[in-house]
Amino acid sequence: MSINVKVEFSGGMELLFDNVRHHTIEQPAKSSDNQPTTLKDLIFYIRDNMMTEKKELFVDKDTVRPGILVLINNVDWELCDEIDYQLEDNDEIVFISTLHGG
Amino acid sequence: ERSFLTAASNMVKLCVICETERAVLKRPKTGQQICRSCFYHVFETEIHHTIVDNNLFKPGDRIAIGASGGKDSTVLAHVLKTLNERYNYGLELYLLSVDEGITGYRDDSLETVKRNQQQYELPLKIVSYSDLYGWTMDEIVKEVGLKNNCTFCGVFRRQALDRGSVMLGIDHVVTGHNADDIAETVLMNILRGDIARLGRCTEIITKGESMVRRSKPFKYTYEKEIVMYAYFKKLDYFSTECIYSPNAYRGYARTFLKDLEAVRPSAIIGMYRDLLCRYREDIIHSGEAFEIKTGVKMPEQQTCTRCGYISSNELCKACVLLDGLNRGLPRLGITREQRTRHDEAKEVKKTGVTKIQHFSDIQRAEATPPMANSNIKKIDISY
Repeated sequence: MSINVKVEFSGGMELLFDNVRHHTIEQPAKSSDNQPTTLKDLIFYIRDNMMTEKKELFVDKDTVRPGILVLINNVDWELCDEIDYQLEDNDEIVFISTLHGG
Repeated sequence: ERSFLTAASNMVKLCVICETERAVLKRPKTGQQICRSCFYHVFETEIHHTIVDNNLFKPGDRIAIGASGGKDSTVLAHVLKTLNERYNYGLELYLLSVDEGITGYRDDSLETVKRNQQQYELPLKIVSYSDLYGWTMDEIVKEVGLKNNCTFCGVFRRQALDRGSVMLGIDHVVTGHNADDIAETVLMNILRGDIARLGRCTEIITKGESMVRRSKPFKYTYEKEIVMYAYFKKLDYFSTECIYSPNAYRGYARTFLKDLEAVRPSAIIGMYRDLLCRYREDIIHSGEAFEIKTGVKMPEQQTCTRCGYISSNELCKACVLLDGLNRGLPRLGITREQRTRHDEAKEVKKTGVTKIQHFSDIQRAEATPPMANSNIKKIDISY
């Protein structure tokens, strides 16, 4: 069983993905250890399958690089479970970088 | 058990202010979980209070918003336009932009400023390094490389904003420096031992370094909230790092601050980070309270003998740097090396050097008003 997740990159992050802001990514409903797929799984998937270089600009240790804001269905991920949030079909995840001039 | 806890925390959280709408943001400043409308309200109202409590403006003031097209200056223009109308500040607002001559970066961000000019219906003035100094940043980087180029740009931009302000008859320049920026600057100045700057960099209104009054209405505003405000309101801003900046010293301070923020304990998610979020204000307060031993000589302010700009020495920093560029001595003003005969042999008199206009000779100029019948959608500033 798989689910579809809509991902948007903003605030300059889209440059890491060929300038494409909107993506639809298929994920298994459960990860390899039979647990529901989490945002952490998605982030690692993106790093390992959608990026060819500068991976450290997206992922730092086992979460997103500090300075990148994350929204889950238009809600601050700090109000959800952040990296442990369990993905659902048709979720919309937005990654916004703040790491640039103002 | 894990899925029960997850389900529980996935339940809709209500805004703690209105207790009616769904919370969409956790405020870094307070940890409060608030909805979109309450967020707009507290964000805008806090800035209004910063402006009023610090007596930043008076009715009739001509205010230039230093506009780069980036997130901070775009949100600043939006908020100032909104507050000026909502609270009748009586201000004449202008967008003032600096074109440093960076191909592929500044020309794109200036397109954003021109759109802001239409969206916010504000007159725009652009001043360029090539007109003012006879050098673009592209040319400067070719001469000096990528290590000290940011020093040139910072010095030239400060003076360019002041020159633009004099042209427009501006009383006051506002910039979008936010709490994160100021915390970084304090750290940078501590790390570099720049005591002269340390005392000034936390002031909300600065008179010492520029000819025109400057202030930072976002001094207590967190970067995360600026970005979220722009995102929810769908504001148009330009978001790429300057192509020449990767080696700037500020980057190290920024990374350090972000890493501080990211420290979290194993057990309780968020609580320590709420405490650590206060570091910004602590760092800013440390900067404000920083005491300098008596007897330490502080540089005095005078005016540049060549161009009339405010200066700590006989020649202002911009004139010293320009001298270096125009004489083929790009390290002049950057290092304290003694000039050697080797350097004198290398000295090249450049042709076509732009003569810097003296401040007292600057002519008044008009800003470009927004076009009357533009298709670009105007912003909605209703409450």
